[in-house]
Parts: sequence; C-alpha cells; structure tokens
Amino acid sequence: MPDWREEVRRRLERARLDPIRRAAVVEELAQHLEDRYADLLAGGATAAEAERATRAELDQAAPSAVPDSAPRAATGSASGPGRGASPASPLDRIGRGHPIADLLRDLRQAVKQLRTHPGFAAIAVVTLALGTGANAAVFSVVDAVLLRQLPFREPDRLVTVSARHADRGRYPFNLPDYLDYREQNRTLAGLAAYGTWSSNLTGTGDPERLSGLKVSGDYFDLLGARAAAGRLLVSADDTPGRERVVVLTHALWMRRFGGDPRIVGRTILLNGGGYEVVGVLPREFLFPVREAELAAPLAPAQDASSTVRTSANGLFAIGRLRPGVTREQAEEDLSAIARRLREQYPVANAHKPAAVVTPLHDDLVSGFRQALWVLFGAVGVVLLIACVNLASLALARAASRHREMALRAALGATRGRLVRQLGAESLLLALAGGGAGVLLAGFGVDGLLAMSPASLPRLAEVHVDRRVLLFTLAIALLAAVVFGLGPALWASRPNLQDMLRSRRADGGIGRRRGRSLLVVAEIALSLVLLAGAGLLVKSFVRLQQVDPGFRSDHLLAIRLSLPKDRYRGRAATAAFCDTLRDRLAALPGVEAAGVISALPLSGTVAAVPFTIDGRAAPPDEHLQTHWRLADAGSFRALGVPLLSGRLFDGRDGPSAPPVALISRGFARRFWPEGDPIGAVLRIDDNDQGPRPVTVVGVVGDVRHLGLDTEPEPHLYLPLQQAHEDSVGLLTGNQYWLLRTSVAPASLAPAARRALAAIDPGVPASNIRTMEQYLEASVAPRRFNLTLLLVFAATALLLAAVGLYGVISCGVAQRTHEIGVRMTLGAMRRDVLRLVVGQGMRLAGAGVLLGLAAALLLTRVASSLLFGVSATDPATFAGIALLVLGVAFLACFIPARRATRVAPIAALRSE
Amino acid sequence: MTDINARMFDRELKKGSAELLILSLIEARPRHGYEISRLIETRSGGAVRFHVASLYPLLYRLERRGWVAGRWVEKAGQRRRRYYRLTPEGRKVLAAQRSAWESFVAAMARLTRPGRA
Repeated sequence: MPDWREEVRRRLERARLDPIRRAAVVEELAQHLEDRYADLLAGGATAAEAERATRAELDQAAPSAVPDSAPRAATGSASGPGRGASPASPLDRIGRGHPIADLLRDLRQAVKQLRTHPGFAAIAVVTLALGTGANAAVFSVVDAVLLRQLPFREPDRLVTVSARHADRGRYPFNLPDYLDYREQNRTLAGLAAYGTWSSNLTGTGDPERLSGLKVSGDYFDLLGARAAAGRLLVSADDTPGRERVVVLTHALWMRRFGGDPRIVGRTILLNGGGYEVVGVLPREFLFPVREAELAAPLAPAQDASSTVRTSANGLFAIGRLRPGVTREQAEEDLSAIARRLREQYPVANAHKPAAVVTPLHDDLVSGFRQALWVLFGAVGVVLLIACVNLASLALARAASRHREMALRAALGATRGRLVRQLGAESLLLALAGGGAGVLLAGFGVDGLLAMSPASLPRLAEVHVDRRVLLFTLAIALLAAVVFGLGPALWASRPNLQDMLRSRRADGGIGRRRGRSLLVVAEIALSLVLLAGAGLLVKSFVRLQQVDPGFRSDHLLAIRLSLPKDRYRGRAATAAFCDTLRDRLAALPGVEAAGVISALPLSGTVAAVPFTIDGRAAPPDEHLQTHWRLADAGSFRALGVPLLSGRLFDGRDGPSAPPVALISRGFARRFWPEGDPIGAVLRIDDNDQGPRPVTVVGVVGDVRHLGLDTEPEPHLYLPLQQAHEDSVGLLTGNQYWLLRTSVAPASLAPAARRALAAIDPGVPASNIRTMEQYLEASVAPRRFNLTLLLVFAATALLLAAVGLYGVISCGVAQRTHEIGVRMTLGAMRRDVLRLVVGQGMRLAGAGVLLGLAAALLLTRVASSLLFGVSATDPATFAGIALLVLGVAFLACFIPARRATRVAPIAALRSE
Repeated sequence: MTDINARMFDRELKKGSAELLILSLIEARPRHGYEISRLIETRSGGAVRFHVASLYPLLYRLERRGWVAGRWVEKAGQRRRRYYRLTPEGRKVLAAQRSAWESFVAAMARLTRPGRA
C-alpha cells in the first residue's frame, strides 16, 4: 500500500497551515485515502487499479457526475513519491482564508499565547502603559501649549509689535507712537493695541478686583474672534461717548454671573462707573495677559495724558501681517517708522531706535518653551527605557520560546508564518499597553493640570483628545513593533540545527550579549535623567536658601485697590491708609502693619529717572532706579532691617522736606566709600520736572523681582510725600502687610472686617500669606522639578528591573556552572563576587556612558538652573553613586540566590 | 448543449449545491469525511462523487465560517476520526439554503415541464 501520508504531505506543501493543523489535515486526508483504497480492494479491484483510483481522489478537484473515464491520476502516478510536489494541487487552497479572518485567528492565537505567560504579558503591558501614558500626558500639554495653533483666524500671520528700547529690550508703546505705527506701516493688515486695566467690580455681591485690558476697537476683529454671546468690541466703540462698554471672558461670565445669558445688555459697575456688557468671549479665547477677564475700549481720545508723547503709558500691539509679508519685512518696515519718529521727536523717542516683531504664538509661550521641551525630552527618555526593557523582555522570551519556534519551523512553518504570529502578539501588546496608557494619560493630565503653575498659558486647552489618542497609539505600536517584534525576530532566526541541538532553553551567547547591551543603554539613559533631576533639585535647594531680604513667616499680605473716582489725589489716599493702618495694627495678633506699592517677589517694575546733587550726570547715561511708595510700618512688617539713618516717621508729613530711603545696593553702588545719609537726589516722578528728596536712611536689599534675580537698587518714598502725579502708583494697587504673632491666615477675616468698616466699596482682591506668594514664585520650578524627579525615578526603577532581569536570568543559566564551582570548593563569597561583578561591570559601563551623555545634554536645561552649573561635579558624582548603589542591589538579590544553590541540585539541573 | 457546456453547468450546479449536500448529510448526526463522501456516492447511485481534493477544502471552508465544527473522536474499536457536526449557525444556513433550493427546483420544474411553455 502506498504511503498516503507522504502523498498528502507533498501535496500540502503550498498550503498555509501551521504545523499542528498541517499534521491534523495530513492525518485526516490519509485516513480517507486508506479507507478508500481498502474499499476498492474489497470491491475486487487490483492493487494497481485501487491505487490509481485513490490517487485520483487527491489530484482531481471537481466532483464528477460521471465516473472518471480518463482520470488525471495518470499524471499523479507519473509524479510518484519522491518526485517533488505537483504543480498546483487543489489542496493548496486549504488554510487560505480571508485576511481579516487570518488576522483574527492570529490574534486569538496570540491571546492564547499571552494567557499562558501572564507574567510576561503583564510586565510588557504595564511597561508600555507607563511609558506611553506619561508621554501622552506630557504630549497633551506640549501639544496644547506649543504645537497647536492659537485659537484665532490665520494665527500664523499674527505678531506682537513693540518698540525696542535702547538698553532694556522690548518696550511698550505710548498712544501717539501706536497711532503713528498704525497709520504709517505698509506691511500689516492691521495693528491693534492693548494695555492692562484693573477695575473694581461693585454693585453685585462682594466687591472684586478684576484684571482686564483696554483694547483698541479693532482688536477682536484683527484676531478673528467671534462672540459666544452678544457682540465683541468694534472700532465704533472707540468713539467718545460710546466707550462705556465691556466684554467678558467666558470664565468671568461663568464664575461671576453663573453663565446667565441675560448678562448681555446689562450694566455693571466698574471703578464706580457703569459699563454695558455687550458680549461674552468664547471659552478658548486667549488674552495675552493671562489673568485678564474683561476688555473695554481703549478710546484713544479720552485720556488727555495718554496723548503726551513722553508718557510711558504701556501699550502693546498685535499686528496681522499682510499676505506674503514675512516677519522680517514687517520688522524692517516698522523700524523705519521708529527711526523717522526718533528724528521727529529726538527727546521723547531717544530710546526707541527700532521696532521688534515677534510671532504672537512665540510671545505667548516664550517662558515655557524650553521647560516643556526638556520635560518632553525627559519623558521620551523614560519611554525609551521602557522600550529597552520591553526589548530585553522580548529577547528573554524569545529564548524561552526557542524550541517552540524551532519545532514550528521544523514542522514546516514558514518564516512569514512565524513573523505573523509574533506580529500579532506585538500588536496585541501594543493595543493593550496603548489603551492602558491612554487611561493613565487621562489621570496624568489631571495631575499635571493640578500642579502646573498658574502662569502656564493655554491650560484650558489641555485635554486628552484625538491627537493625543493617535499619538499614544502610534508610540505604543512603534514601541511594540520595534522593541517587541524586532528582537523576537532577530532571536528567532531559524537556525534549525542550532536550536534543536541546544539542550537548554536559554538562547545563545549573542542574545545574552544583546540583553547586556540593552541594560548598559538603559542605565546610561536613566543616569542622564537623574543628573538633570539632580541639578534641578540642587537649584531648588539653592533657591530656597536665598535670603529674600525679608522674613516671609508670620506675614499676611492683602492687595487693595482704591476706586479712583473717590480717592483722587494724595490726601484722600493717605487719609485712607492712615485709618486702615491704625485699625489693622490694633487687631489682636498683629505686631506691625504697613503698606507698600508693590509686593516683594512680585516682579512688578516701576522705574524713576534721577540725578544725584553735586555729581555731574555722566553724558549719555540716564540714571534710573526701581522705586516703591511705602510707609515705615511696611519695613517693620516685612522685617527689612534699617542699616543706617532712620525710617520714615511723623516728621515726614506732606509739607515737610521730602525724604527717601535707599536700599543697601543703592548705597553701595553710588557711595561705595562714603555715607549717603543727607545726600540729595532729584527724582523725575512728576510732570513738572525733577524734585529733590533727601536720603535719611539705608535699608536692607529686598529681592523684589524674584528669588532667582539679584536684588536691584531700590528707592523708597513715604506715601505721605508722594507727588500728586505719581500717587496713582499706590491708589490703584497697594499691598498691606501684617506681621503677626499668630497664624497669619487666621487674621484674614478680621482684616476684611476692618476694611469693610472703613469703606465697603474697596475690594480686597488677594489675601494670602507671604509663604504662599513665595511658593507661587517658585511654582514653575517646582513643577519642572517634580515632573523630572518622577521621570528620573521611574527611569531608575526600570533600569534596575532590567538589570535584575538580566542578572537573575544569567544566574539561572549558570546554575550548573555555579554548582560545579562550589563542588570544586568555591566559597559563597566567590560566587557572590562572580555574579555581582558581572552586573556591576554592566552598571559601570552604563554609568560612564551616561555621564558622558549627561555632560553634553544637561546644558540644554541650563536656563532652568539656579546657582549650580550644568556640569556640577558634586551632583554628577552623587548621581553616579546612586545609580551604582541601585545597580548593586539589583545584582545582589539574584547573586545571593545563586549562593544558595546546593551543588548537587545544581549539577542535577542538567 | 455541447459537451463542454454540459460540464460547466454540472460544475456550477454542484458548487452551489455542494454546501447544501454536506450540511444536510450531517444534520441528523455528526459524520466523518469518508462517511460523507460514501453517503453522497451511494445515495446518488454513483452519479455524484466528491474527491478528497474537493471535499476537504469545502469542509474546512464551512468550518472556518462556523457552520460546521470538526472534532477528533475516538470510538470504541475504531481509530480516531474527525467528525463534523452542524453548528447552530450552520443549522440556520441549512434551513435557508434548503428552502432556496426547493423553490429553485420547483421553478425549474415549472419552466422545463414539457408542453406548458
């Protein structure tokens, strides 16, 4: 009897079947043929006839209605056993299915595979989910803040325009400048101006201080914004008599008016005057000033002082480039106007030699660009490390599936078949890991938003959307394919003899070396991240150690704004301050109370030109100093020390000779040797010309501009003697400081009551402890630091897991060797040294590589550092030790296990 | 009809009906492949025969579609064989195909009955 199995097998060569299925098909068909053959013989056919007829069964596809008169079996017998496959057997079709059905079958198979190895699947999915989730979360922020276009019409053509000050960089316009630029430029389709405008909202509920903008009528039209309700401002609103209108942001509308649609047309009281609400801005609308919650017309003609060319009324401008005009062309055009204006007004415009044109998007996110990219890079490194772990895992698994693969290949599975199967497993892992990653990203984004500094722009736009989803899926797929499938394929190169001969399921030397290289890489990567995080930590610690120049503990700050209509002039303001000071100082628990025009660390800049009597002003140098209006109580409350002379006191009334205090830096700079007390400065704080003030005291330096900025020289004038022209500095914005003997926040209600008793129409907008201000001033750093620390810790953990995996795998493979060594008299210590030494060599290589990379890479973060160099040796050394320590632990655990191997058991393990 | 056309007609007819044939044969109870082919041959009086090369690809196709399910069964005194049974879905398909076939045959009968054209 012919070998029907062999006959079937040959004809099935082209069928796409996995080995197990193929064997089953061969068995089934051969049985059929055997039965048929036996039946034919039993029916009286000769052996030759029976064989011919049976073979015809195999080679003739079509069922025939008539008994085969000329069976093609003839060809079949001609190509008898051992003569190669028949050219196209109908059996080829077996196993050839629909591509989708094939994929589903592969996926089912993959699910089965992964379910039988739940440990591998779980680790792979969790690794992928962590990596992709963290990336997706950071990407959602980067995307919203940096990548996505601004929510305006043709945002690419929007630019900010400002004057360039000779020595202070970008500088705001005043109104006449702005109007000239708007009229004379030939490169902009429009130029809209805005200036900050604070207002007190009264009449409905608690009075509240609102931050807003005055904008030129064409502002919203230029941006292409549409109202969410009512209308936005138009050019006609700039005409006198029509300027008492206001538009609200969506946030203010919701927060203050509960989203009431009837708000449009209502009149609200701002700074004591009635403004009609004409519309509400859409939710995604973005003001260049983040806190701004409403906008009113700039109404150029209204404010007489603003038409003076020398006045420094801070206007900023947003322009729209004409089609085809580049930013550079516009800058050239506007700078030409700046030069013309300087020729025309040599005094007023002396310091404005050119114009600066910046893309609006850059301008809005400028402070965050570098930090966000650094974070994105860092989280990318975490993903890379996660991927390296995945690759290592895939290699290890490829090792353990070695024989399965070899068997499949031996049974006839083609390489394509194996690839498809492995591919299906990778796809499944990617989907599961990516899916979990998206979920994680959802939480991650919430976490990021919760701890991100309030100053980060476009936060409202951050959420997990389709772009983030696609991004996550893409990186998950990429990770799974490149780092999961790649190594598996490489490891499964069907080298049949080798594989089948291999006694242990460990895989070759090459695979071990591959995993070792991966571990070196991930240790190096995690060291880079740790170095970055270490530098940020050190910066942060340094920053915390900085002496701000005042005592921030037990200090409460209250921000007030006096309505200008009722507190016009110095007398009214001073009277209010005197009354309030008495009331606050009398509160139980208050040790000192005082008022100052701007809070330390606020970054608020007010500069005044001055000269020193008896000294020739250097030519071409205009002395300017930061200045504040303050009272003596504010120095006591802040704890700013008096270094010489005296503080302000009762002698310094409105009609007494004007006096001033200077900071230590001021004194050092202008009187490095001598004594400044008694010196006379002429300060230009009014429209009538410089007036003399006498220095009566020197106080300590205060970091007004921020903890990370060196204190600049400051001049303090008593508010009683403030000039009528500049007392507005204090009226619009004043900060009350209470030095307390109790918890400062607990005094807030009492302070509020004291204020309401004097004037219920004055809102206290911010009552916060100085600690809170301090915290807010370092919030962006804390944000960067926290994220980078989390990423670095994750990286180190992943690297440690990777190292542990390789070492314990190595130990498992060397059980026999270790057993032999111990039988031959090796001590536990020797074994320990052997295993740990192997791991530490890898760790050492990784550390060296990582240090080199970190030295190059931490420079990109240099602007995020404070008081520490980007290559700080102490930090680098500490981090290197940390990594080595963790690496030691990761090796020590499997090494100890190795020493517990009983020699006999180890030898038997063969 | 020429001989070629007759053959083609024959083939098309059987292709459409082959599924129906197999599904009907395992409706009552599971059967193995050889049994199915014997039944087709004997019940058709030798007029219809399925070769291995066409029967099994068809069986596997039906299996992939989920209409039949094959299972290796070892019965006492016999060798292990693969038995095919009708799945619930296969049962639905069989019912549908059977009624379509019956209406087709009835229509053909009406059309081809002599003298009524």
